[in-house]
Amino acid sequence: MSASNAPGLAPDDSGKQDLEWVEIKLLTEGIFRHYGFDFRDYSMPSLKRRVWKRVYAEGLSTVSGLQEKILHDPACMERLLLDLSINTTAMFRDPTFYLTFRRKIVPMLRTYPFVRIWHAGCSTGEEVYSMAMLLHEEKLLDRCRIYATDINEAVLQRAKDGIFPLNTMQENTSNYIAAGGTGTFSQYYTARYDYAIFRPALRENVVFAQHNLVTDSSFNVFNVIFCRNVLIYFNNALQDRVQSLFLDSMEMFGILGLGKKETIRYSAVTDHYEEIDAEERLYRRVR
Amino acid sequence: MTKEVARSRGREVSGRDRETARPRDSATTYELIVIGCSLGGMHALQTIIGALPKDFCIPIVVAQHRHKNSNDGLPAYFRRNTQFSVVDAEDKQWIKPGHVYLAPADYHLLVERGEMHLSVDEAVRHSRPSIDVLFESAADAYGAQLIGVVLTGSNEDGALGAKRIKERGGLVVVQDPATAEAPVMPAAVAAMVDVDRILPLESIALFLADVCPAAVSGK
Repeated sequence: MSASNAPGLAPDDSGKQDLEWVEIKLLTEGIFRHYGFDFRDYSMPSLKRRVWKRVYAEGLSTVSGLQEKILHDPACMERLLLDLSINTTAMFRDPTFYLTFRRKIVPMLRTYPFVRIWHAGCSTGEEVYSMAMLLHEEKLLDRCRIYATDINEAVLQRAKDGIFPLNTMQENTSNYIAAGGTGTFSQYYTARYDYAIFRPALRENVVFAQHNLVTDSSFNVFNVIFCRNVLIYFNNALQDRVQSLFLDSMEMFGILGLGKKETIRYSAVTDHYEEIDAEERLYRRVR
Repeated sequence: MTKEVARSRGREVSGRDRETARPRDSATTYELIVIGCSLGGMHALQTIIGALPKDFCIPIVVAQHRHKNSNDGLPAYFRRNTQFSVVDAEDKQWIKPGHVYLAPADYHLLVERGEMHLSVDEAVRHSRPSIDVLFESAADAYGAQLIGVVLTGSNEDGALGAKRIKERGGLVVVQDPATAEAPVMPAAVAAMVDVDRILPLESIALFLADVCPAAVSGK
């Protein structure tokens, strides 16, 4: 196979690009060996952008320079980790996903005495709170436990705090309405200065825990697994590995919810699932 | 190996066929076209796509600013008047000839050689999808085999991306601002970058067909 034509391999057009590719490979290898975080199978174009952003933010000019700083300065590693684990999302992102969940999945969940939900890669928690609101309105929250996990403790702390910028509430409110909310969005938070503080009752049944999809194993079996817009940051090989982790963690007839432009079609686990809603990327495990 | 199983399974459904991998004859063979547009972009894109020859087979990837919750109506709109397959890009989808891929609403679209990657990183210059993000990743991946086209728009997204395309040896075309519904975007590119061509909208398709002859591009 010619390297130049294979997706995912280093371009070979100029020495400069090759060198950059090598530097990023060395950086991720160094981080893995020294800190244990494994970014080696992250999607290269996005990783490259995020790494360069950190290079400039640290006042450096090369990826190798960042490598030296990161290996000798754990605080710099923390900053890169934050760069790599924050995804910019909104409450009820893709409102039709939540609307479809409400209409098609909630009736199934009603038949269960107890529902375990895993929100994998929850970042700052906007979508966790969204799901808690939805389940509350469907009178299901009391018999659900949501496990919200992320690779980054600092990000998880923000999710636990449940405090979000007030200026995002307009978008969140219109998403909430489009997602079929049956109450009033503003009942779920108190505005204070520039922030919206969400009601602690929403997270009473939420367990926030650090979990690394790349290096950690299955920790429970679930009726619902959400992993939305996380796998896009992984290359194909890693996506396959994480999908088999989800399969290992999925009850029979459990529900998998992915991001709007993610699919299990190309994954090795695809035969285990049937589509519940192709457009909204909702699948059910059937074998 | 599981990866190969997954690949062949993907084949019958859609997307990622290996047939796309063609040998690269020379440095002047263009392999990908990226287009950026914003305000007025629907009409401009429609004009270009509709005027390309039927056998045009260089894949096209488009970043058009669009509303966060815009849906599949946009690709459907473009499909009405063209023989090309116009779709919203999916994560890790393979880039195939005869296709026009749009950056999905509220995602950045980045390309690697032969493959598209999505991200939900923060907006760049208030835009997601960002033209700069698409252009910069494509420039890194395709070097001199890339053509970047900047059409109508009312902000300066795309200028940095066009700069990167030139740095990597690619070709940059901008719509003549005088023919653009919103001239700011093409004018910003022309001001920052030594562009290869400034063309009226109606001439862009012909230019692309000329520099990407079907015989060279694999048919």
